[in-house]
Amino acid sequence: MSAVSVNGVSKIFNQGTPKQVDALVDVNLTVEQGEFVSLIGPSGCGKSTLLRLIANLLEPTNGTVTVNGKPSQQARLDQDYGMAFQQAGLFDWRTVSKNIELPLELKGWDKNKRSDRAKEMLELVKLPEFGELYPWQLSGGMQQRIAIARALAAHPPLLLMDEPFGALDEMTREYMQGELLRICAETGTTVVFVTHSIPEAVYLSHRVVVMSPRPGRITDLIDVKLGKGRTEDTRNADEFFQGITAVREALRGSHADHVASNAVRGVEDR
Amino acid sequence: MIARLSRIVAPVLFGLGFLGLWEGAVRGFNLKPYFLAPPSKIVEQFWSNASRIWEAASVSGMNALVGLVVGTVLGVAMSFVLSRYKFLGELITPLAIALNAIPIFVLVAVLNNMYSITSEIPRRFMVTLVVYFIVLVNVAKGLTQVRSTHVELMRSYAASEFEILRKVRVPNAVPYLFTALKIAAPASVITAFVSEYFGGSQNGLGSRITSNIANSKNAAAWAYVLGACLLGLVFYIVSVVLENVTSRGGGATNNNSK
Repeated sequence: MSAVSVNGVSKIFNQGTPKQVDALVDVNLTVEQGEFVSLIGPSGCGKSTLLRLIANLLEPTNGTVTVNGKPSQQARLDQDYGMAFQQAGLFDWRTVSKNIELPLELKGWDKNKRSDRAKEMLELVKLPEFGELYPWQLSGGMQQRIAIARALAAHPPLLLMDEPFGALDEMTREYMQGELLRICAETGTTVVFVTHSIPEAVYLSHRVVVMSPRPGRITDLIDVKLGKGRTEDTRNADEFFQGITAVREALRGSHADHVASNAVRGVEDR
Repeated sequence: MIARLSRIVAPVLFGLGFLGLWEGAVRGFNLKPYFLAPPSKIVEQFWSNASRIWEAASVSGMNALVGLVVGTVLGVAMSFVLSRYKFLGELITPLAIALNAIPIFVLVAVLNNMYSITSEIPRRFMVTLVVYFIVLVNVAKGLTQVRSTHVELMRSYAASEFEILRKVRVPNAVPYLFTALKIAAPASVITAFVSEYFGGSQNGLGSRITSNIANSKNAAAWAYVLGACLLGLVFYIVSVVLENVTSRGGGATNNNSK
């Protein structure tokens, strides 16, 4: 059973009006259990839309989305996935622990079970002593780690992330990438990850999905041959640079159809 | 420590200096007492009339308090209705803002006609109305202007609309309520005073100020003004203290870096 299966999906906003936007056209994508897949492409290519279709925060205009073998709506109702956004989105009026417990509260877990799990998650993201603080007392990177802890609190098999490290500085970002890989390896979580950054996509992913705008669609699937155990040294490996080059060329190729320019706008080349 | 001390001492010194200047000007230029009473005279009048000022202050204060409480309760209740039924909000919000922009307490003159001359109801009704709109507009904003990330997160947890209300909208609206109260508390006192200028019993601070001026008792009028200032201050301080007590973690909701 695939973790995610997207079949012939289109998403059209404001259909039949002058403001009609073909956000996604005829998208097919399968993500296997335990796989880490990144969606990359310039602004307006529909990568965030695709993530929200998988999350059932949007309904497709055509086609079907299956998560863990269930229709995406059922998967959402069963909390089969956790989600993290560019903004950590922590609740200021809740302590760090209470933030992590929120999805469990909504699942109806009792208090002791919730606080045990919150402790476990704080250990996982290496912030065990921060449970009683409020989110605004933490740095941006710490807040994002708490957001990941919250997304994984119910032990969902799937993690959906929308540019989660986009607002962090480069040092923190690389550290967070390493942490995310460690956490996924420990928990066996499948990840669908939206990003603007080519190195980030290559470093993290087993596969990079390259997308293109107007209309939004998938133009390339690139296998990253970096193996399982990735470390900081991986960032200097030849295979890493080969992966970056492959993704960059795919982005240029997909973009050249529409814009007579070599620059891939909206994609960070760092 | 020294910086904190000077933050308190400096304004106090400035205030005392201002009073000294006032006293000096009245004496130095030999200003007539019906033109401007000196602070020393006002304080003297304040103490000799203390029980009457207290009495008048409790009348005005009670009007303000009743209006403040009723207006807040109604405003909060209505903001829940408006945030639930968007079309009602679109219907009522422009009216609320328009009514808020005009000095609606002049309506008290009309209301006085509807009730017996000794009734406090028109004044309390006026305060209620002023407070109601301030609370309604602010709390409705707090209930509706929640971060989209929060709503998407809640939907990803399969939360119902009621759960989103309880766990996101209501906590989000709490600081808005206290902001509203910080505006509404002094406004309720002002409305209570001004309402007294439009007739009715001559028992509150506002009417005492006018009647003393009418009798050329300038210093006594100022003594009642002082009482009015103190009453307004009490309302304001209580609303600020209430805010500090309820906002956990010291300004968690206000001084937020995001």
